[in-house]
Amino acid sequence: MLEYDIVVIGGGPAGLAAAIKAKDNGIDSILVLEREVKLGGILNQCIHNGFGLHTFKEELTGPEYAQRFIDMVSERNIEYKLSTMVLDITKDKVITAVNGDDGILIIKAKAIILAMGCRERPRGAINIPGSRSAGIYTAGTAQKFVNIDGYMPGRQVVILGSGDIGLIMARRMTLEGAKVKAVVELMPYSSGLRRNVAQCLDDFNIPLKLSHTIIDIKGKERVEGVTIAQVDKNRKVIKGTEEYIPCDTLLLSVGLLPENELSRKASVELSKVTGGPIVDDNLETNIDGIFACGNVLHVHDLVDYVTEESYHAGEEAACFVKGRVKNIKRAEIEVSNGVRYTVPKYVNPDNVDNFINVRFRVDTTYKNVFVSVYFDQMRVMHINKRVMAPGEMETVKLTKSLFEEHKDVSKILIRLEEE
Amino acid sequence: MEIRELVCIGCPVGCSLKVTIKDGKAQKVEGNTCRIGEQYGINECTNPKRIVTSTVIVEGGEERVVPVKTEKDIPKEKIFDVIEELKKVKMRAPVNIGDIVIKDVSGTGVNIIAAKNNKKI
Amino acid sequence: MITYDYNKAEKREPNSRISIPELGLFFCKEEIMQDIIIVGSGIIGASIARELSKYKLKTLVLEKGEDVAVGTTKANSAIVHAGYDAKPSSLKGKLNARGNAMFDKLSKELDFPLKRIGSLVLSFTEDGIEDLKLLKKQGEENGVPGLSILNKSQVFEMEPNLNSNVKAALFAKTGAIVCPYEMTVAMAENAYLNGTEFTFEEEVINIIKETDGYSLVTKNKIYKTKLVINAAGLYADKINNMVSDNKFNIIGRKGQYCLFDREVGNTVGKVIFQLPTKMGKGVLVTPTVDGNLLIGPNAQDIEDKDDFTTTREGIDEVLKKAELSIKQVPVRFIITSFSGIRAHTECDDFIIGEASGAKGFINAAGIESPGISSAPAIAEMVADIVKDKLKPEINSEFNPNRDGIPKFREMSNEERNELIKKDKAYGKIVCRCETVTEGEILSAIRRPLGAKSLDGVKRRTRAGMGRCQSGFCSAKIVEILAKELNVPMTEITKFGGTSNLLTGKNKD
Repeated sequence: MLEYDIVVIGGGPAGLAAAIKAKDNGIDSILVLEREVKLGGILNQCIHNGFGLHTFKEELTGPEYAQRFIDMVSERNIEYKLSTMVLDITKDKVITAVNGDDGILIIKAKAIILAMGCRERPRGAINIPGSRSAGIYTAGTAQKFVNIDGYMPGRQVVILGSGDIGLIMARRMTLEGAKVKAVVELMPYSSGLRRNVAQCLDDFNIPLKLSHTIIDIKGKERVEGVTIAQVDKNRKVIKGTEEYIPCDTLLLSVGLLPENELSRKASVELSKVTGGPIVDDNLETNIDGIFACGNVLHVHDLVDYVTEESYHAGEEAACFVKGRVKNIKRAEIEVSNGVRYTVPKYVNPDNVDNFINVRFRVDTTYKNVFVSVYFDQMRVMHINKRVMAPGEMETVKLTKSLFEEHKDVSKILIRLEEE
Repeated sequence: MEIRELVCIGCPVGCSLKVTIKDGKAQKVEGNTCRIGEQYGINECTNPKRIVTSTVIVEGGEERVVPVKTEKDIPKEKIFDVIEELKKVKMRAPVNIGDIVIKDVSGTGVNIIAAKNNKKI
Repeated sequence: MITYDYNKAEKREPNSRISIPELGLFFCKEEIMQDIIIVGSGIIGASIARELSKYKLKTLVLEKGEDVAVGTTKANSAIVHAGYDAKPSSLKGKLNARGNAMFDKLSKELDFPLKRIGSLVLSFTEDGIEDLKLLKKQGEENGVPGLSILNKSQVFEMEPNLNSNVKAALFAKTGAIVCPYEMTVAMAENAYLNGTEFTFEEEVINIIKETDGYSLVTKNKIYKTKLVINAAGLYADKINNMVSDNKFNIIGRKGQYCLFDREVGNTVGKVIFQLPTKMGKGVLVTPTVDGNLLIGPNAQDIEDKDDFTTTREGIDEVLKKAELSIKQVPVRFIITSFSGIRAHTECDDFIIGEASGAKGFINAAGIESPGISSAPAIAEMVADIVKDKLKPEINSEFNPNRDGIPKFREMSNEERNELIKKDKAYGKIVCRCETVTEGEILSAIRRPLGAKSLDGVKRRTRAGMGRCQSGFCSAKIVEILAKELNVPMTEITKFGGTSNLLTGKNKD
């Protein structure tokens, strides 16, 4: 059995940042376990730019952003294993992993950082009836074929879902010579970044069909077309609005799901809203010494926030290994009125150094609204926001002074208010 | 006089801009929260530009293609000319981030550079 | 005895498809005279082939599709029925229980998964208990052991998640679940190693009666044989009607299913059937042999026997009917839906035997439920007819055993380490949801009658059948297939024909 102070599961942007910060905070015994043949995670196939504006004050493509962190890992001589899949974690922090060179690895860790990222929701999970012919892909799978293998999954494309991956692939496929006939979105708004709608759809005159869904897929061996229809405000199909779009490919961008199968095995408590672990402001889960960061914790839109969050997790994991005692007293963050969830869910007031970032998402688009924070019954923050959308993660900073002023706060409420 | 509404793509915030255009020139930009937005609003209405990211074929490398990008943004109407030029490219591994793939692509004065490492196998 | 080392790292020949040089001839005559040609390589064709390989016979299997088990066999309830359901006077009644009893031995010899979990037929009314008793009686007449009627509390002790409306149930100890396509692959591989030949993508378009047998005409060749066995599934009618004066019609009867994540796989522990209610024939709720939950099927007669699409109405019907059996249908955990098509005959029974007006032409047609369960017994019955006609010698080299692809996910860590030491590819996980290794995928492609498509790999290894439905692993599997078959990635298909996964290179 191998032993390490910190084992990081996942060598994407989250895992790499966490490992780097843990090392910089004095921990040498670190092991990063990555299932692909190289580090970098999903960034390796995200060849568009838009990464790094906050972190490096530059706009980089995914692989360039990843390379910065891969270089930092090499500079620090942080140990990592590639082509290694973690099969199990126990709540005693024993990890079982496998690769072709080492065979089965049993690793005991003092602390584990969960950084497994997320997976895509498949067609089957949203039950689109029709054919199961070739040509139906989730957007990320198509992205892998195009950007890593250099092959096109199709020529005449319809995309379901206007989340960022769907929008990015609309542009990507168009630039590689395909015709994207429509992006179909169930909701009355796009769930991706507004800038992506502009530069991926508007730039190429790709129609965005809001409040529409796909009700049938036709095709014997390969997709031949899809039938779309409009939906009402309850997202039910409106009869008579059916429209057939001939195409040979359907790309699905219908949701990302944090990959917590391993977390469950370790008895980590998960949030029903995010699908990710419930954590406190140290990003520690209900299991002492197991931390989480990045998309496995909650799906992010900006990798810069992933990096920030993961640095924090690395720091905290290092503190844990060095023997920091967890403070039992803590406040619980609740949400209502338009706020879907927060990460973290719990705060240890005595542990706040300067401030803590509370990240959250809203449940629909809002214009000219206030983000209000209540410490027990008292409103302590009331910030005006011009525009808020579900596709754009928001942050509220809770400062140390707030906690000093409200020493025994037990419930923090974050909600939206009209005035 | 025209008031054009557009979303700034200068950074992921995506401010909603209102640009006043008179005689083909952008007179005023409103709604931006930084200089990037102001500049974008003006440029987009007079001479829209984009960064183009794509891939080119690599021979002898660990991956069959390597991502590339325009080093700076280029006029929007030249996007597909750039793509045409990229079609002809075949690089040889190893490729490193920053390697120049095409100098002055499609007469834009901007280079195409590699955006990922691709080791020789 | 012929043995085969499945773990031998042997690259398969790139071209196992039939490619006919242009000779200017429409037909290229096949010179060798077969003893037997079996048309169709579903579970019936493969089981018959395996049974016949116990004898010294020149046997060829002609399959229209690109692989075994691509018709009805690939999509059905996967149940080995106990055998109380059919009339004792029918072939279904006679062959079900007999076939069922043969499964334990076969599953050990041929290394395919089988779980004897038992089955329950639920009654939702007091009157229904009489129907249960009739079924029990019928079952006993059919030779089914281990049948009993359970009262409400006994049923709930077995299955706490059932709908409280359940009044009683018929319990059948011998009910089991199986993987029908894994079983078919196993039968086919074993038949092949014992001397049977297989040819894929060869559709029989005409059959000519000769003096000494039959000529089977395909697009590319003419095959000559003494005997024909018609196991052509949904198209067995077309094949039969080419030669027999007793023509029959096979109706495609579609059934739709919903498959759920393994996380809810133990919602029930047994196969749960429903007595017919006002809503019509019921659906079953069952664990699968791999631990998922399966619900379905409905029944809808269709014109196009190749139409495997699902419909909104069908999926909704199946989910609604399942509510009769279980308290809560866990819709949040659906991972996919699919359709199977039954080969339904108007006479509502198997059609097995020599066809009228066609000596030496043997039907094994209309194999609807309980088809899988009866398959081993059907194979024996057909073999008996063949033995009677040809009086073949026993194949003394016959090896009944076949090693399946090692299942990394089911092994202990010690076993895994042993395997990885022999071949590193077994340490590389490709399908993360089902924990399938590269070694298993390579074995699926390299072994006899190996996979040539994404679905072929899927059926043999389970790669792509998990909760992400091949989102993660499909790119990797396409790369592996292209490398192994020595073709560009654009030629790899989902299931043969024109189901290519990729349409070209970037910027083409």
